[in-house]
Parts: sequence; structure tokens; C-alpha cells
Amino acid sequence: MNQAANAEAPARSAETIVVDDPNMNPIRVAAKDTSVYYGQKQALFDVSIDIPERSVTSFIGPSGCGKSTFLRCINRMNDTIDGCRVEGLITLDERNIYDPSLDVVELRARVGMVFQKPNPFPKSIYDNIAYGPRIHGLATNKSELDGVVESSLRKAGLWEEVKDRLDDPGTGLSGGQQQRLCIARAVAVSPEVILMDEPCSALDPIATAKVEELIDELKENYCIIIVTHSMQQAARVSQRTAFFHLGILVEVGPTEHIFTNPKDERTHDYITGRFG
Amino acid sequence: MAGYVFLLILILSVVGYYVGRSAGNRFISGTGAGAGQVVHSLPGYHGAFVAVWVGIPAFVLVLLWLFLQGTVIDNLLLASLPASLTEGQSASGIQLILSEIKNVAAGRIFKEPTPEIESAAAVYLRWEAIARWAMVVVAIAMMLIAMVVARGRLSPRFRARNNFEFVLSALMIFCSMIAIITTIGIVASLVFEASEFFRRVPFNEFLFGLRWEPQIALRADQVAGKGAFGAIPVFTGTLLIAFIAMLVATPIGIYTAIYLVEYSSDRVRATVKPIMEILAGIPTVVYGFFAVLIVAPAVRDTGSALGIAVSPNSALAAGAVMGIMIIPFISSLSDDALKAVPRTMRDGSLALGATRAETMVKVMLPAALPGIMGGILLAMSRAIGETMIVVMAAGLIASLTVNPIDSVTTVTVQIVTLLTGDTEFDSPKTLAAFALGLVLFVVTLCLNVVALRIVQKYREQYE
Repeated sequence: MNQAANAEAPARSAETIVVDDPNMNPIRVAAKDTSVYYGQKQALFDVSIDIPERSVTSFIGPSGCGKSTFLRCINRMNDTIDGCRVEGLITLDERNIYDPSLDVVELRARVGMVFQKPNPFPKSIYDNIAYGPRIHGLATNKSELDGVVESSLRKAGLWEEVKDRLDDPGTGLSGGQQQRLCIARAVAVSPEVILMDEPCSALDPIATAKVEELIDELKENYCIIIVTHSMQQAARVSQRTAFFHLGILVEVGPTEHIFTNPKDERTHDYITGRFG
Repeated sequence: MAGYVFLLILILSVVGYYVGRSAGNRFISGTGAGAGQVVHSLPGYHGAFVAVWVGIPAFVLVLLWLFLQGTVIDNLLLASLPASLTEGQSASGIQLILSEIKNVAAGRIFKEPTPEIESAAAVYLRWEAIARWAMVVVAIAMMLIAMVVARGRLSPRFRARNNFEFVLSALMIFCSMIAIITTIGIVASLVFEASEFFRRVPFNEFLFGLRWEPQIALRADQVAGKGAFGAIPVFTGTLLIAFIAMLVATPIGIYTAIYLVEYSSDRVRATVKPIMEILAGIPTVVYGFFAVLIVAPAVRDTGSALGIAVSPNSALAAGAVMGIMIIPFISSLSDDALKAVPRTMRDGSLALGATRAETMVKVMLPAALPGIMGGILLAMSRAIGETMIVVMAAGLIASLTVNPIDSVTTVTVQIVTLLTGDTEFDSPKTLAAFALGLVLFVVTLCLNVVALRIVQKYREQYE
């Protein structure tokens, strides 16, 4: 396999292969040599990556490869897990997010997150959206709050479906609607970055298509990072793709490049369905 | 004798099991009747089927027999007594004669029995022996018939497995009925005795009366009060002490649960939880010491230092100690309820930039509310029904007050004082205990029903 003569053949490399893109937007989130440990076990090894603003970056890789772990480092959700330790440097707008002087609550308001399973609060649709703006004091009066709720629901493409029943419980919506409600909830606090952890894995194909459409619209204003098990989804929605394997970031580059001309053997094997 | 009968039932059931099982074995090996057919049940089920049909009916029969035998013999004995003995006797007089006959029969002779009594005792002994042996014979006959019939029903296609399950489910229904029947029995006896009381004291006077002085004379030569049976002061006392207890226990219990679920490290949690369980295991009488010897004097000293006169048996001391007692109920049930809230809910809130306190107040507590309310209610009924602490630490005089540093009495304390010492079951003094018990029961029942409705209406459903 690793014959020197066959220079075109993808090869294993210890270093992350980075394929640059001249049209890439300015960098919003950057990680440098980030390692994550759960107790004694190391889950992520020296990940370095630059993530551009106003575009979609997808993380792909087999289960347990550390892509979700890395995603949860970006809004420090890993802090809520006992025994989890993060080393290295992650910056948001060139500021270290693990700096002790940084307020983690404020960070999470700037870096929203959508989870694998829709998790609306057991409250009304209105209260679900208004939750974030209320705790952060983003609206000074009721009509302003109404405006935030409406615009968030519109951005999530849910307004027309729920405008007549804002007082109904959010848990009464269908799975796809619930997930869009969660996206609207994240959008309502005006984050800069939205992290999505397999947002469509619990949804049917039609709901998935709607959420993907929504992601495509949202990328005009937000830096979106999505973890997905579906390579088709990564190919459809993202501009850049990062491939993780066994806690290592193997290759990162423009999506079409990763899917058509992977440089690393493992990336090649994964996208051609050899493993994963 | 009865013990031997039960042993016999057990032995015959085991025999029945082996009879059925060997029949089943023959079906499988294809040597018995109906050979060649596909066998429906395993041999063990055939055995179990025969065993339960041998054992259970005989067991029920013997129980019923033992239960009814005494009454039947008593009635026969009374009918056989010469008229001169029973003539003009009241019901309790006849009971006395019966117990004298039984004492003589058992050889416990307190005074020289009359010839009539002696002959009646001999009759009694003979009948008892007949009844005993009749029971054994009937039980054995019944078991043998059951064994033959059950064995006769066995065949390769017989559904012994399903039939056995039917018997088992009947047994389970019976077991679950025991608790229900006992409850009904307790309520019925309460209602019966309480209705006796209400024939002597008007219902309205009891429910709305403002004076409680139940220490009336039982005998003509006793010096005692005229008596007043107004339950309001007693119930105010109960509610006051329970209220103080809830005031102490609810915040402490819920905050403890929140701390343990959300803030504590695993090490702290591993230490605090067992200690809370020890607190739940302390006998209430020990809490009683604590209330009388430490808390009550401390409350009184603090009061006198501040220039306030505090009664030695203050409601505050009893209620506070009771509150400490019920903290573990509230904290452990709230802890369970909070932990049952899906983790994704909490993560969702944290990811929106909420602090842990905001997450707790706005997401976790509303979602866990039904469970927490359950804990509070359980604690409340414990507080209202709690006896030992208040017997030791609360007062005996029913004063109508809501002042926590005054002495009050509670329903349970009054029941204890009414039913200890001299009692007579046709005096309102004693019967009042049942009326109090009945009202207490109704109050806690209503409380539970109302709270359940509230929980159903306001719970925030997840999933």
C-alpha cells in the first residue's frame, strides 16, 4: 500500500491533513492541540482545526471517534461531565474560551447548541423560545419578547405551523417540529456559533430535509458546526468537512475535496464504506 | 392439631406434584394414554397443576373450619344448656357462663363448678374432639378426591401450563385483596365505634366545639370534669405542629436534594446520602428525648433571654424536631424526582447559557414537581399521624391557639391518653378516641386527594 512509487495513493499520516480553500470565510473558531480526557482515558488527541464563520462545517467519522466530544468542547458542555478534562487551546474570535476569566454562561449564550434528540422543555412553545431571551434579559417588555419569539420561529421555518398555538406544550409537536423548535430556541439568544450534534438522527427523511434546508438558510448569518453520521448529509449541507477517527482529526478540507479526492487512506476507506 | 393438618396438606401436595409429574413424564415418553400426541405442557406443570388443586382448596377449607368451629360449638353448647342456667341472663352473662365452661374444660378451675357446668364442660370437650377429627377426615377426603379428579384431567393435550398460571393469578389476586380487605375492616371498625360515640355526643358539638375536656368520670366515685368534646382545639394543635414541621422540613429537604443532585461532588454525595438514611432510621422515641431534653429547654431559654415567656411544652419545639424527622422523606423523594428528569432537558437549558440555579428553578423543579409534591405529602401525613414525639414533647391541654410558643395538644396525643389507663367502651371518653381517629383519617384522605388533583393539573409533562 505505502509504496513510494504510488504517490497518488492515499497514505496514513500522523499529522492532520489540511486542505486549504482560498475562498474560505474568516476564521471564527479555532482549536490548537486540543486533547480531552475522561478520567484516565484520552478521548481526543491534539486536534487542531480552523472553522470559518457564515458557513457550515461538518464533522464525520465512525461512532466513538471523538467528534461529539470535540463539538461539546466548543461551548464547554464537557464541563458538566464529571472527570472530563480539556487541554490545549480553543478560541472564539481569538479569545481563549478556557480562560478562567471567561464566563462560561456568557460563552454558551454566544455558542448555541442543538442536541441529537429533540429536547424541548415541558413548557409552551412560546415559553420554550422565550426561555433564553428571558434569562439573558434580551427583551425589555412583552411586545419585544413577542417579536423575538416570532422572528426566531420564522428563522426556524416553524412560524406558519405554530403561530396559532403558541400556548400549546412544545412536547406536543412532531419530532421534526420539536427539533426545529430547539433550533429556534437556540437562535433566539442570537448566538454567533450554532453547534448541532446529529440533529437529524431521530427524524424521518421529510423532517430531515426540512432541517437541512433550515441549516442552509441559517449559514448566511451563523457559523454552524454539525456532527453527522450521514455522509450524504455532510455532502449536502456543509462547505467544509472534518474527518475524525479514533480521537484523531485525520483530514479537514472543502467538502467536495473530502468526498471526491481524500488524501488520507482512512478517509478514503470511510467515505467509500470500507468501515464505519 | 391444626399444625399437623397443615403439614399433612403440604405432604399430600408434594405427593400430588409427583403423581402429576410422573403422568407428564409418561405422556412425553409415549407410554401413557393418548400416546403419540404432541404433549402441550412440560411434566413439571402437570405436577404443579395437581399439587395446587390438592393443596389450595384443602388449605382454604381448614382455615374456614378453624375460623367457624368456635362459633358453631358455642351455639350448640348454649342450646344444650339447661334452661335454669341461661334463664334471664344478659348477653354478657351468657358469655361469662361460656368462658367458665371453657375454663373448666381446660382444667383452669377458679371456683367449685356446679354440676351443670361440669357436664357442659364434658360435652364441650367431646364436641371439640369430634370437630377436630372431622376436620382432619374431611380435609384428607377432599385432598384425595381433588388428586383423583385433577389426575383424571391430565392428558397429553391438557393445558396444564395455562391452568397452573390461572391458579397462580387467582392466588395473587387473593394476596392483593388482603390489604384492601384489611383497610376496609379498619375503616369499618373506626366508623362503627365512632358512630357509638356520636350517639352520645352530637356530631356538630364534636366537629365545631371549641372546648376539649374529655376526662370525665368512669365510676361514680371518681372526681372529674363534666366533659366537653369539641375537637377544634385538638385539630388546630395538630395542624400547628404539622405546619411548623413542614416549615422546617420542606425547604431543608428540597435544598438538600438540589445540592445533592446538581452541586455536590460524588464524594460528598456518597457521605451525605447514607447519613440521611440513618436520620430516617432513628426511632421516633429517640427524637422525643431530643425534643424534651434539648430542644424544648433551648427554646425556652432563648425565649426568656429575649424576655418572652415560652411554655415548657411549646409547639415550636415539638414541630421543629418533627420537621427534622421528616427531612429524609422529602429530600430522598425529591432527589429521586430530580434525577428522573431527563439529562437532555438540563443540557438544553445549560447550552442556552442558563446558570445551574436558573436551570434548576426553571426547568428541573417544574419537571420534578409531581415527585416532589409526593414527597411533601408523604411527609405531611407522617407529620399529622406522628405520635411519639408529640406524646413526649407536646402538651396535654387542648388550648385553642396558633401561637407557636404556647403549649398545644394533638389528635394522636389525645388518642393515646384516652386509650391508656382506665378504659370503658361504653363511655364517651374512650369512644372519643375512635371519633378522633376517624376524622384524622378523613382529613389525611382529603389532603391526599386534593394534592393529587393539583399535581395532575399543574404537572409539566415530559416525554
